[in-house]
Amino acid sequence: MSTAASAAPPATRPVMEPVPVRVTSVSKETHDTFTLTVAPPPGDPVSAFEPGQFSMLYVYGVGELPISISGDPAVRESLTYTIRSVGQVTYQLVTRQPGDFIGVRGPFGSSWPLKEARGKSVLIVAGGIGLAPLRPAIYSILRHRGDYNRLVILYGSRSPRDLLYRKEFAAWGLLPDTQALSTVDYGGVTWRGHVGVVTTLFRLVRMQPKETVAMICGPEIMMRYAARELEARGLPPEQIHLSMERNMKCGAGFCGHCQMGPYFVCKHGPVFSYPEIKPYLDLYEL
Amino acid sequence: MRKKSYRLDEKGLDALIAHLREQGYQVYGPKVEDAALHWRPITGCADLPRGWTQELAPGRARLEPDNSAALFHHWTCAEGLKAVLHLPLVRIMAARRDNGWFRILDNPPPAARCAFVGVRPCDLAALAVLDRVLLGDRYADDIYRARRQGAFLIAIHCQRSAPTCFCASMGSGPRARSGFDIALSEFAEGDAPEYFAEAGSPAGMDLLEACGAAPAPPDWSRAVEEGCARAAAAQTRRLDAHAAPQLIDALFDSPHWDHVAKRCLACGNCTSVCPTCFCVNYEDRTSIDGREAERWRLWDSCFTQSFTYIHGGSVRSSVKARYRHWLSHKLGRWQAQFGTPGCTGCGRCIVWCPVGIDITEEFRQLQLSAAAAASFATKD
Amino acid sequence: MAPSEMKTVLTAHPFLEGLPEKYVDMLSKLAFEVHFDQDEVIFREGDPSSLFYLILDGKIALEMGAPGRQIIIQTLEAGDELGWSSLLENTSKQFRARCLEPVRALAFDGARVVNLCEEDHEFGFHIMRRALALVAERLRATRLQTLDVYSPKGARRP
Repeated sequence: MSTAASAAPPATRPVMEPVPVRVTSVSKETHDTFTLTVAPPPGDPVSAFEPGQFSMLYVYGVGELPISISGDPAVRESLTYTIRSVGQVTYQLVTRQPGDFIGVRGPFGSSWPLKEARGKSVLIVAGGIGLAPLRPAIYSILRHRGDYNRLVILYGSRSPRDLLYRKEFAAWGLLPDTQALSTVDYGGVTWRGHVGVVTTLFRLVRMQPKETVAMICGPEIMMRYAARELEARGLPPEQIHLSMERNMKCGAGFCGHCQMGPYFVCKHGPVFSYPEIKPYLDLYEL
Repeated sequence: MRKKSYRLDEKGLDALIAHLREQGYQVYGPKVEDAALHWRPITGCADLPRGWTQELAPGRARLEPDNSAALFHHWTCAEGLKAVLHLPLVRIMAARRDNGWFRILDNPPPAARCAFVGVRPCDLAALAVLDRVLLGDRYADDIYRARRQGAFLIAIHCQRSAPTCFCASMGSGPRARSGFDIALSEFAEGDAPEYFAEAGSPAGMDLLEACGAAPAPPDWSRAVEEGCARAAAAQTRRLDAHAAPQLIDALFDSPHWDHVAKRCLACGNCTSVCPTCFCVNYEDRTSIDGREAERWRLWDSCFTQSFTYIHGGSVRSSVKARYRHWLSHKLGRWQAQFGTPGCTGCGRCIVWCPVGIDITEEFRQLQLSAAAAASFATKD
Repeated sequence: MAPSEMKTVLTAHPFLEGLPEKYVDMLSKLAFEVHFDQDEVIFREGDPSSLFYLILDGKIALEMGAPGRQIIIQTLEAGDELGWSSLLENTSKQFRARCLEPVRALAFDGARVVNLCEEDHEFGFHIMRRALALVAERLRATRLQTLDVYSPKGARRP
């Protein structure tokens, strides 16, 4: 038995107590988005996550935020987060140096329906930073490629310079039985790719709707119109899943901040099936 | 457990409190402070609000002199038991910077053996609700659990209702049915109050026996039932929470929410005084040299603008949306989440609302507008 | 392109899906095949609207330029249509259309299509209904784009 596997996880760590972890790398993805990897203690439950789950990341003395895990779930030695610097805590996270420490709690929440999708095609629809929580699902599918039919990855972003994981994305597109298409809302004149909202890519997709499971993550407006359009194109609603963002403060259902209708997004979500969340998606200021 | 009831006088009640203190309990009771009643540590009956009663009305709470010998001629403390069990402000973590890395210090939840004297049935019901919320799911709130587990509860049945009470329609009062160690009823017609004491747990019975309490006269039990029934019948406010889950979905776009929003100040008083509102926020503090950092948990309110903030803006930015969320959650969604409404009919939100917004009246109006919408739909 | 091949290609194009055969015949008589090289400009902003294209292959960028700022606002490719404004009279182009890849398309003189619509209102109805669906789709996509949903600033209320 390896040391990592035999190291006993702490029996009862309080859910609100962060685990100090060492930052191993910080890499720039775009002008405002960075990918941070950290090394959790070997065998610690904080690193055992399902694709789609999130952690609470704590910057010593500054604050704490929910951040989706964007790395490979099979790699237990590290945890990866892709973070857009939009506020004080995210700025502090992306300006960490290798060797610095941050705190991690979790993993929290529901995950992408990878088991249910076995034997079917998978359609990934990502918008902006929403590709990050979907990347672990892509890794998982690629590791168990035989369990799935076609893999289609559609990715919409604001402009070419906002596209994440560019090299990786291009490599996905070259894999057999895999389509990876990106589109931007506005292209520069040197951009040779698609320009238009992400749903304009749907008609370029080769898939059988009834045999496809869709996983959508992006800005809420984009998820709404993507889910509606997929349903119109014949995907059974229960095969459409999306990941919601709300103000998760505790991750454990105590703080009340992330409520959306009957749900606590931190524990009932963030990944919901379309029929679960549809009645509440179109209610403004719910 | 055998059902057993006892007769206590004020000395007997003092003996109960003294016994609890000897056993290491911090005993809390309703105490006058800042011209209101609050849960405060007490040492005996002398700390209880004899000579005071309350005037409670929408937007109005006053202590009024009372010329009876009763210790419990009032109704509710400003806060529920959450003020003691679900702490308003508590440090949840301390960490120290240590050679480039930080170390989480030992952070035991602040435990205490709390005993409460004079818990109203609505507040007992609220504890059962909080138990569901904070202890009943995958994760448990360690701080609440540490304080709740050892709590000793001496309830008091209500034989009178305040104008703002509506526990009868919520099924939580005026008589406490469960969840107490001892339940008292006060008889204060004469110079000295007497108490009918029912044991609700083995610990409650042991305590009553240890204090040498005499058996209760046989007719007292019926007198208490009648007193509570009179109190129930006297309630003019009522709320039909069973109707709420369907109603709130149907009435999401009702103009009535705008009508409330014109009056609501979004001050959050209702959420502070509500015995089941559990929402909290977390704050970080550091020493000026950065060597020590703490996280504190504090009560929060869904009426604040920042409550739903995600980058880009707040989900519920209008006051209308925030009131709608609060009422919809409290009466309706709570039932889907926890199998019970989040309201126990204590009436505090009515009393402490600075503009007197009345949850029973707002809900009634919403029901009326739903009925009107339904009849319009069927007319065709 | 042989007339029979032309009819097959027209029938297969999403814009004409389900169009009765006699109308496909009418259109096939107007259609002519065009080719553009990569980076060739099909029309410029301000040009009169004259031709309507059904794209068969390649990719076209609709662009708008201003000093210091040139952006692609939409790309069109196989199965898409270009130049719907030529179905209206007296309009001019609002964008520049430039080929990102070599393009093969079928072109129609917009004025002649409109004349046919005038002569045969039933044919006109079929064409205008498709044009309406096309314009509605473009409008919807444009509205979503203007929301700038991916940007934290764009998501914010004005």
